[in-house]
Amino acid sequence: MFLTLITFLPLIGALFLVFMPKESVAAIKQTALAVAVADFLLSIFLWTNFDNTSHKMQFELNVPWIEAWGINFHVGLDGISLLLYVMTTFLTMICVIASWDVKIHVREYMIAMLTLSTGMLGVFIALDLFMFYVFWEFQLIPMYIIIGVWGGPRRVYASIKFFLFTAVGSLLMLVAILWIYLHIQETTGVATADILYITEHLSAPLGTQKWLWMAFFLAFAIKVPMFPFHTWLPDAHVEAPTAGSVILAGVLLKMGTYGFLRFNLPFFPQASYEFVPMIAWLSIIGIIYGALVSMVQVDLKKLVAYSSVSHLGFVMLGIFALNPYGIQGALIQNINHGISTGALFLLVGIIYDRRHTRLISEFGGLAKIMPKYAICFMIVALSSIGLPGMNGFVGEFLILLGVFQVNGLWAACATSGVILAACYILWMFQRVMFLEVKNPKNMNLKDMNVREMFTVVPLIILIFWIGLYPKPFMDTFDASVTHLVSKVNPDNFRPKQEHHDNDHNDKQNEKHGEHARLITPTEMASLNHTLQMPALIKE
Amino acid sequence: MEPILAPESIDLIALAPVIVLSFFAMMVLVVDLFGGRNKTLLVFISLVGLLMTAISAFAKNPIPAYSFNDSYIVDHLSLFFICIFTISSALAILLSVEYNEREGIRAGEYYALILFCTIGMILLASSTDMIMIFLGIEIVSISLYVLTGIRRDNHRSNEAALKYFLLGAFATGFLLYGMTMVYGSTGSTNLFKIAEVVQNPSAQSNPLLLMGLVLLIIGFGFKVASVPFHMWAPDVYQGAPTPITAFMAVGPKAAAFAAFFRVFAETFPEMAPSWEILLSTIAVLSMFFGNLGAIMQTNIKRMLAFSSISHAGYILIAVIAKNSLGGSSLLFYMLAYAFTIFGLFGIIIILGRKGEENLEIENYSGLAYRHPILALSMTVFLLSLGGLPPFAGFIAKFYIFSAAIQQGLITLVIFAVLNSVISFYYYLKVVVFMYMKEPEAEFQISLTPLTLFVVFIGVFVTINMGIFPGSIIALASH
Repeated sequence: MFLTLITFLPLIGALFLVFMPKESVAAIKQTALAVAVADFLLSIFLWTNFDNTSHKMQFELNVPWIEAWGINFHVGLDGISLLLYVMTTFLTMICVIASWDVKIHVREYMIAMLTLSTGMLGVFIALDLFMFYVFWEFQLIPMYIIIGVWGGPRRVYASIKFFLFTAVGSLLMLVAILWIYLHIQETTGVATADILYITEHLSAPLGTQKWLWMAFFLAFAIKVPMFPFHTWLPDAHVEAPTAGSVILAGVLLKMGTYGFLRFNLPFFPQASYEFVPMIAWLSIIGIIYGALVSMVQVDLKKLVAYSSVSHLGFVMLGIFALNPYGIQGALIQNINHGISTGALFLLVGIIYDRRHTRLISEFGGLAKIMPKYAICFMIVALSSIGLPGMNGFVGEFLILLGVFQVNGLWAACATSGVILAACYILWMFQRVMFLEVKNPKNMNLKDMNVREMFTVVPLIILIFWIGLYPKPFMDTFDASVTHLVSKVNPDNFRPKQEHHDNDHNDKQNEKHGEHARLITPTEMASLNHTLQMPALIKE
Repeated sequence: MEPILAPESIDLIALAPVIVLSFFAMMVLVVDLFGGRNKTLLVFISLVGLLMTAISAFAKNPIPAYSFNDSYIVDHLSLFFICIFTISSALAILLSVEYNEREGIRAGEYYALILFCTIGMILLASSTDMIMIFLGIEIVSISLYVLTGIRRDNHRSNEAALKYFLLGAFATGFLLYGMTMVYGSTGSTNLFKIAEVVQNPSAQSNPLLLMGLVLLIIGFGFKVASVPFHMWAPDVYQGAPTPITAFMAVGPKAAAFAAFFRVFAETFPEMAPSWEILLSTIAVLSMFFGNLGAIMQTNIKRMLAFSSISHAGYILIAVIAKNSLGGSSLLFYMLAYAFTIFGLFGIIIILGRKGEENLEIENYSGLAYRHPILALSMTVFLLSLGGLPPFAGFIAKFYIFSAAIQQGLITLVIFAVLNSVISFYYYLKVVVFMYMKEPEAEFQISLTPLTLFVVFIGVFVTINMGIFPGSIIALASH
């Protein structure tokens, strides 16, 4: 019940805003902020009350919704969704603050923002396929409106593209959902769309599994977005208002990776295994392609958008390493990307507010004029590259560790993405922040004000927190990841090159040990737990 | 000589809705004679009549009940359809009151014709005999021809009526011809008897019967405006008075689908291999032509005409599925569609001006900033038509798709969902104009209470059926 309340609180807030007179802009903003903050604080309670040792769903609520079809309102959180859930409320709060300067239709903006928040939260807690689909589609509408009404010059094009791309994928997913629903009804005699039940009982021949897998894949791959399906993302990001971009990068893209973890892997373990090479190569292409395209961008926001394609490639690669390191890395990288890229979009938004341009060539030497801004930007940029001590490192390291166990070549290719990331980020940073102040328009730019600090500083704190002491974050999904991997990739699925005929388990432990020695003591602490992993699987 | 009907098979209670409604329809005509210029009384009588009809439909117990030598049936399907018909006729009448005042339509027959049309629809949904089906279709069609052309001084309306009449008569010919062929090859016009005959495999391959089926498909296909028999729809939808357009898109279409379902899904399921491919093709074509055609339109009524062609394609899937899920999904879809369409047309009427003006989509620019509630309602309707959760249209599509997938028609469903994506494009186009463009001119609209009432009912039901569809589904899947 508590979980449901938190999920629907923003929507209730939005309904409340409907009845406020649209002239009282200040009151509307304050109300929206109050709702967002309250929602975030309440979601913190979820975290503190979360039982880290269990992979089971927690805070469950299961009440009948459409009884004739056996469809329930079933919600719950596990380790995979908890952090995403909290991040959603957190970023919603940040976005409300970041949107303080919205000029037109403030009330409608805040309504859309809060409604969007409920839609996204619903996606992460839904434990019924039908319900999941409802939320999945529902959040499209407010995001579409946010891009389309408050976006940049080509906003209409971008918003429709965003909507249609997502709709194509998700409607095919709907067909798969229907098939599964009817199949479960046929084979077990129970009419249900319950995700947990389906995970337990779904049995389909491999050929069918592959088709279903593809249907889900398309929906999620478009959302992530993976390499050939990414074309909507730069448009949507560039045209969306700052807060829209933050939410888009921070949460909406994560719904795709979340979908893979919640549906593709547990529902179709065999098919997932079969498709590993395809996903891996697509991810690698995405990583390198995204990075290379980022490098040549002249628009700051587009650069960050393409860097998202690259970063999300890492996450996908981690997930489909199908081992604990990879998936843990993917999960933490999900959060990292939300924080770092969210912060980058906020920072780009700050400078856009001042200059109304995002062209890199318009800037230069900002470090002298806006020192606070430059420092923040530096930290965020470095975290995006994955500098040790910051959040990006933890995630990328774990992912590469996981991938290396599967295929050294993939890991090597993916690593080049990290190098390229350093290139495009640092080069951009140099052109914007250093060099001479050539453009006279930049002479009198104001540094970040208090409100802007309020949006960026919490993210910077998180960057260091996750970078230096990720244990509280990693702990939340330990149990769930172990459980997931043991189901999806039991030992007989282990890739061939890992097998050293006899004592391959010992061998593996040893291997992990070698890797563990390479990392810093702080990292060691956080990884201690994960070192036990193969043993746990054995049990 | 033996009487054709044995007295015991004449069951007036089963026929009660038709009798009640006929009585009220004639009363409207008579009262109109003495009532002068004020039509309020007529509206009142019509609404009461529809209410009484809906109630009297439940007089027959237990169901299913067969009467008139098995040519008239009271069953779950027909009862539910009678409810849909009475609701849609009532909403059409409510929409008409203020519209007629503005447009200067003074004919009292207007209301009587809607009621007569409803009688035809009830017959259509309840009959299990080809002759009765034909009579039902004729009653519906003739009423609609007149209603379409009721704005005598408007040439667009006249053109629409004439076009509708000529093409409609042509299609009726096909239908009748098909019926005679089926009769000739099976020896009966009664659907149950025909169903018995076609159990026999040798009867199934009778070329005369197959030809008859094809002609039936053409006839019905015309009535539900499916491709390639759809050419009348855009002109007629545009030319007819707006409340009649809405009415046409819902009531008569639902009735035709009821008969379609009875004939194809319930009478000829054994012959599915021969008609399935044809109907599937028609369904896919309807979806594609309807949706692609709608993209091009600038007039909202024409756009909705094309959209309704595509919806005919979706609904045909329920007929092709020919299972019980298909039947109940058909019911749910039509009900959801009815409320959405009437609400949508309610807004179109509010925004329109005298002489059917202000119906271009660009006239809606910036509506969201002048009349946010109207724009929001319109968005709800459009997204519901597109099939987006959490609105009724989504559940309806989900229902139909699940019926089809249960039957293994996955390809058809994939075509349908791809079409949903196409349809989002033009539904969102309207949203774009309402939300993302600046207003061009001031909106001179009169927020007339009855029309607004219909809009709000539409919004309420569309959302309610989307979020809490349980009770309606339970009713539909009896």
